[in-house]
Amino acid sequence: MSSNNPRQSIHDSTAPSTDTRDSRIGEGPDDRFNSKLREAFGASPFILTKFDKFMNWVRGNSMFMLQFGIACCSIEMIHTYAIKHDLDRFGAGVPRASPRQADVMIVPGTIVSKFGPRMKRVYDQMPEPKFVVGMGSCTISGGPFQEGYNVVKGAEEIIPIDIHVPGCPPRPEALIYGVAKLQERIRNGESSPVVVKPYELEQFGDLPKDELVQKLASEIDEDDLVMRYNWADSP
Amino acid sequence: MSTGLEKRATRVEVSEDDLEALLGDRALGRDDHLNAPGFVIRPDDVQDVLTDLRDEAGFDHLSCLTAQEYSDRYESIYHLKKYADPTQEVSVVVPTTTDDPVSQSAEPVFRTADWHEREAFDLVGIDYEGHPDPRRILLPETWQGHPLSKGYDQEKPQIVTLSEHANPIQPDHHDEESDTMFLNIGPHHPATHGVLHVKTVLDGETVVDIDPDIGYLHRCEEQMCQQGTYRHQIMPYPDRWDYVSAGLLNEWAYARAAEDLANIEVPEYAQIIRTMGAELCRIASHMLALGTFALDVYGDFTAVFQYAFRDREVVQDILEDLTGQRLMFNYFRLGGVAWDLPEPRDEFIAKTRDFLDELPAKVDEYNDMITSNEIFQVRCHNTGILEPEVAKQYGCTGPVARGSGIDYDLRRDDPYGYYENLEWDVVTQDGCDNYARVLVRMQEVEESAKIIEQCLDLLEDWPEDDREVQANVPRTLKPDADTEVYRAVEAAKGELGIYIRSDGTDKPGRFKIRSPCFSNLQALEVMSEGEYIPDLVASLGSLDIVLGEVDR
Ligand code: SF4
Repeated sequence: MSSNNPRQSIHDSTAPSTDTRDSRIGEGPDDRFNSKLREAFGASPFILTKFDKFMNWVRGNSMFMLQFGIACCSIEMIHTYAIKHDLDRFGAGVPRASPRQADVMIVPGTIVSKFGPRMKRVYDQMPEPKFVVGMGSCTISGGPFQEGYNVVKGAEEIIPIDIHVPGCPPRPEALIYGVAKLQERIRNGESSPVVVKPYELEQFGDLPKDELVQKLASEIDEDDLVMRYNWADSP
Repeated sequence: MSTGLEKRATRVEVSEDDLEALLGDRALGRDDHLNAPGFVIRPDDVQDVLTDLRDEAGFDHLSCLTAQEYSDRYESIYHLKKYADPTQEVSVVVPTTTDDPVSQSAEPVFRTADWHEREAFDLVGIDYEGHPDPRRILLPETWQGHPLSKGYDQEKPQIVTLSEHANPIQPDHHDEESDTMFLNIGPHHPATHGVLHVKTVLDGETVVDIDPDIGYLHRCEEQMCQQGTYRHQIMPYPDRWDYVSAGLLNEWAYARAAEDLANIEVPEYAQIIRTMGAELCRIASHMLALGTFALDVYGDFTAVFQYAFRDREVVQDILEDLTGQRLMFNYFRLGGVAWDLPEPRDEFIAKTRDFLDELPAKVDEYNDMITSNEIFQVRCHNTGILEPEVAKQYGCTGPVARGSGIDYDLRRDDPYGYYENLEWDVVTQDGCDNYARVLVRMQEVEESAKIIEQCLDLLEDWPEDDREVQANVPRTLKPDADTEVYRAVEAAKGELGIYIRSDGTDKPGRFKIRSPCFSNLQALEVMSEGEYIPDLVASLGSLDIVLGEVDR
């Protein structure tokens, strides 16, 4: 009987039960320790699996997202976390404020030249293994702003991305689907290989000494970290 | 709360002749815009002329500064208005030569010119003489060239540094005498509402100096609009300026400016739909402001934040029924809206009415949980003080200005749409603190509900054969060359203005966005210096900035 429907009538005796054991488990053998696992595997309550398979399963089911808002897509991302869509139902909905506690980063928005190095740094600060969901057209290609003088044409120029969720902005349902897909991939032990990207942080002194570098030499220290932004050569 | 009537009584008209007399031979010529008379002045007369216009003629609101490059000159246009009556406007046009674009800074007269001039320098390349802080503002310090000037080559590689981020507490910022500490807040920080970077100098827990560093979301919105055709290609972008569901309000800013430019009349029925949609957006936007503010001041991710999002979902559903999208509506067209109310109309109207019926109970609930919450009051009362005179100097508008007792709302003072014919009040509060700003937003939600209610009544009873949603607009719009217009609407965060100069083609020659958040954010320094660092966070939250609009 569901607790939503109040009980209309009372059966049997209303006298309180005094025999606790009987009232708890009734007649017959005590099956409180018989789990579903035992039903499935027989008498031995153990399963054998590979450790990394087990780890992947755990990882996929307990993902800590990085609290990371960039642009318009982040509004829909917040809606995905919040009431109604509630991403936490899928074991992936507690945003962490620090990259050091997070293992999934949703990149929700347009990345511009000034933000590129910062995003790279945040990504680098996350502990391995880490996964990235690219949310929205901007993280795929620069989206509606692709032709902007200051816009990086897709987050993949800077960091590796596991799942792209297209849309401008994607609906919360789409983002949930993307996250669920990512969990599936993690459980299967797949994730995108980490590759060197066109936009990398480098020390200023290591750059080839072209005209631009010589011009800036008075402003930037040799060992400052810099990123080269090259609008024309990105896809 | 004040009524519109008192306000109208205090209006003083300044005629164009008075202005001409005031400026005398400092006015080299006239360059009138569709919205306002324009006077051309010499680049070294700027402070003089602006001071006179402010003190003698009462133009106390520097709404916007537009900079642009023509083939033979640079031009800075100061768009001045009056807080008492924004329909009185004047443009001060300052041309400078192309080889030596130096113009006097207006910063000593209007504090808000500081950031506006930095932006003009950054994007167009005009130098402002006597500017206290002539740095780039939106682009990285090491950027080469000025992207909105002629002859900028966007294909050239650039180098961007990461140096400021290297170590949050830099040892060289402790100097021996004071023991101040330098702290970077952002650009990735939960309390900055996006990608804002605040360089803060602290003495213990007291904020000594702050310098908001913006531009982490500078998406070249002006360039995008200059590349699009008036008729269809620009409208999707306004949705992405203030993306906190305030899309329709922003679309209206573009629609209003372009309709004035091309002289398009909007059918009355479409105006009512616009008004209703815009107010729904305002509710959604204020709800988010409220939820995130509660998150900022007492970390309330569980109750208030979720409640606010619950209500936003309802509004977004209604807007989705109306426009077909949850967030990026693209619903306005020049001369009207994309389509009529969804069918079956009764169902849509009933759904919206249901939302309005439930709203008062929800507002009570918010008042129980937020404004009458003791922790909240302690955090917000008397923190982040912004005096009205200071707010005007910084060009603050919207709930920020109204929270400082400035009775300024373009929906009433410079009417557009259907607002004139409806019954509603402008909300003001005299507290000048964080608390007052939150109260203004909460009460504005109720006023918006009133407006929507009346719009629904009108829409329901509108004669069936007069439901015209779109005026006749030519397929390609080509306004006459060199017509210029600056028009503003009351967006969720304040005065959102658009300047368009037509160059005779089907794309704007210059498209400038005056964003309310950009001006409001500049006032953060007076609100937080000398206060504790948690109050800085509260002040930032109560300004309700959205970085898409600050950086554009
Ligand atoms: S994809 Fe669209 S909604 Fe998302 S950040 Fe880019 S412009 Fe905004």
